[in-house]
Amino acid sequence: MNMRTQKLVRLTVSYAIIAIAIGIILYPVLWIIGSSFNPGDSLSGSSIIPENATLDHYRELFNPEQSDYLIWYWNTLKICVVTMILAVAMISTMAYAFSRYRFIGRKNGLVTFLILQMIPNFAALIAIYVLAYLTGLLDTHLALILIYTGGLLPMNTWLAKGYFDTIPKELDESARIDGAGHFRIYWQIVMPLAKPILAVVALFSFITPFTDFILAQIVLRSEEKYTLAVGLYKMISDQFGNEFTTFAAGSVLIAIPIAILFLSLQKYFISGLTAGGTKG
Amino acid sequence: MEANAQTKHRKTALLLSLIPGLGQIYNKQYIKGIIFLILTASFAIAFYDLIDIGLWGIVTLGTSLERGDHSIFLLTQGIIAILVIVLGLVIYGINLNDAYKNGKKRDQGFALNSLKEQYQNMVDAGFPYLMVSPGFLLLVFVVIFPILFVILLSFTNYDLYHSPPANLVDWIGIQNYIDIFKMDIWRDTFVDVFAWTVVWTFVATTGQIVIGIFLAVLINQKDLKFKGMIRTIFILPWAVPAFVSILVFAGMFNETFGTINNDILAALGIDAIPWLTEPLWTRVALIFIQFWLGFPFIFAMVTGVLQSIPDELYEAATVDGASMWQKFRTITLPMILFAIAPILITQYTFNFNNFNVIYLFNGGGPAVAGQTAGSTDILISWIYKLTFTSAQYGKAAAITMILSVIVITVALWQFRRTKSFQEEDMM
Repeated sequence: MNMRTQKLVRLTVSYAIIAIAIGIILYPVLWIIGSSFNPGDSLSGSSIIPENATLDHYRELFNPEQSDYLIWYWNTLKICVVTMILAVAMISTMAYAFSRYRFIGRKNGLVTFLILQMIPNFAALIAIYVLAYLTGLLDTHLALILIYTGGLLPMNTWLAKGYFDTIPKELDESARIDGAGHFRIYWQIVMPLAKPILAVVALFSFITPFTDFILAQIVLRSEEKYTLAVGLYKMISDQFGNEFTTFAAGSVLIAIPIAILFLSLQKYFISGLTAGGTKG
Repeated sequence: MEANAQTKHRKTALLLSLIPGLGQIYNKQYIKGIIFLILTASFAIAFYDLIDIGLWGIVTLGTSLERGDHSIFLLTQGIIAILVIVLGLVIYGINLNDAYKNGKKRDQGFALNSLKEQYQNMVDAGFPYLMVSPGFLLLVFVVIFPILFVILLSFTNYDLYHSPPANLVDWIGIQNYIDIFKMDIWRDTFVDVFAWTVVWTFVATTGQIVIGIFLAVLINQKDLKFKGMIRTIFILPWAVPAFVSILVFAGMFNETFGTINNDILAALGIDAIPWLTEPLWTRVALIFIQFWLGFPFIFAMVTGVLQSIPDELYEAATVDGASMWQKFRTITLPMILFAIAPILITQYTFNFNNFNVIYLFNGGGPAVAGQTAGSTDILISWIYKLTFTSAQYGKAAAITMILSVIVITVALWQFRRTKSFQEEDMM
């Protein structure tokens, strides 16, 4: 076998494998898009390309009298944005203190964070449920926002601290000599330089609540409080198959914007994760 | 100022500081002393009842239903009381330390800081605490508090029959743990669930890693075209929120209208497979779904590593007559593993606790007769069921403890090997 045929075989096999992989990846996507245009409520007797394609299911979702979908979407976005703002504010201040100051309790604090980031915070789901119940925060978005923010702190503080450590301390010192106070150095010197890592932290803090199911499922009880994950799950678990086409339309409307957001920002995701993996 | 070795200011100040503030006043730092005194007094007045009831509550968990004792409320108050006491002890320690240090300064004949200097010092030293405290406070309430709660709960008999306000909950020591390992019904379920959790974690994670690395290396071939487009498609499963994909898969595998049985297998001439009612097939489906969900992440990471491996290495290997497989085994794979080993380990711990895929696909089912867990339940989804379906809070807490010990052991082992833990500056 000469070099040329060898190369030909190698590339043909490669393309064949890639084609199969793409088929497996895209099939569910095409199927759910097809289902969402399928007339009728159930899928029995349908094909992947529906014969009488219809937008009815999308109309139903956008009609507040027929579905709570828009409310769920609004709830989810609200929770994600508030969580993101809170988390970025807390993480940037904590990471700054851990990076720039040597204070009593610093070492213990860092070790505590390291250990806490190992336990997923939903592991304590009984406690979260009972505590939310006792404090009257069951079925409120506030409870969810606080839990999400708290859960994000340990890992992301480490991530941000690692980045802050790379910003030269000489900058702070010269600013201090020029008479800048503690807060001013944080706000006007270090924060602008830390924008890349803050973007990564913001991204994580937005996506984590968006994709969470378990905590929202524990805390939220009434339908008009649901997030998308819980709402969508209830939509099909309560009467599986009977509303499947509407569910399909709902899935498409979540998947497309998030996938676009994700694919356009994936560089940051990957840089954040690799930084987290090797540094903290 | 001349040093005076005879004075014993530090000891006197320390002793007086047993009542916070007096030591400072003795050191002639009147304002600081008064602040400490007021702080102590208000602490004692404000928290006396809380600490009193809390400590009594956490020891007894309530004694009288007629009086309306609510064991779980009392347990909660008890934890808060302990946290408050810890906070108080910290402040107390600062007070003792401060009195001692200033007393020592006087012994050595140094001048003490003036009020203005004290204020400046406090701002300088206090700034990092100010920055850390909002986040730390939140952490105490939503992360540390629940953990303490679960730990304590695992030593109680809190379940459907011991459920406030109708009944009291009692401390039962390590009975929950003993039951899990000794009582047949619990032990059998635990062993089943644990075995499946381990198999699931190992097979699903290893599979997604192997597929991710394989595809990344495949796409990275020099003479392959359309790289950018292929990579974007391959990352797609990661970009779609997992809960959406899993629910879609639940539809695809559905036995009445799902496309897998109706279209794909039918086209291949294979009979319908009971994906959701036969444990073995549900497991196969779950592992396949996790491959689909999980490989893009590994794929993206490995692609990044591959692009950073210098071409010269491969060229040198080619000159030495290495085959493709040899190059992969001796250059590519070690580089990949070295760069992303920590991420790979977090993938295992992630799947160990991958509640979403198990619960959303088939609710941990199909059910097993006489067990509280379904045949595809992993530990975390079993805990969920024990809590919300059978109200076995005490047992669920004990299993959570077992699960946490496993996860922390693995994670500690990992972090001891990572750079930052060894970095001197961290400490």
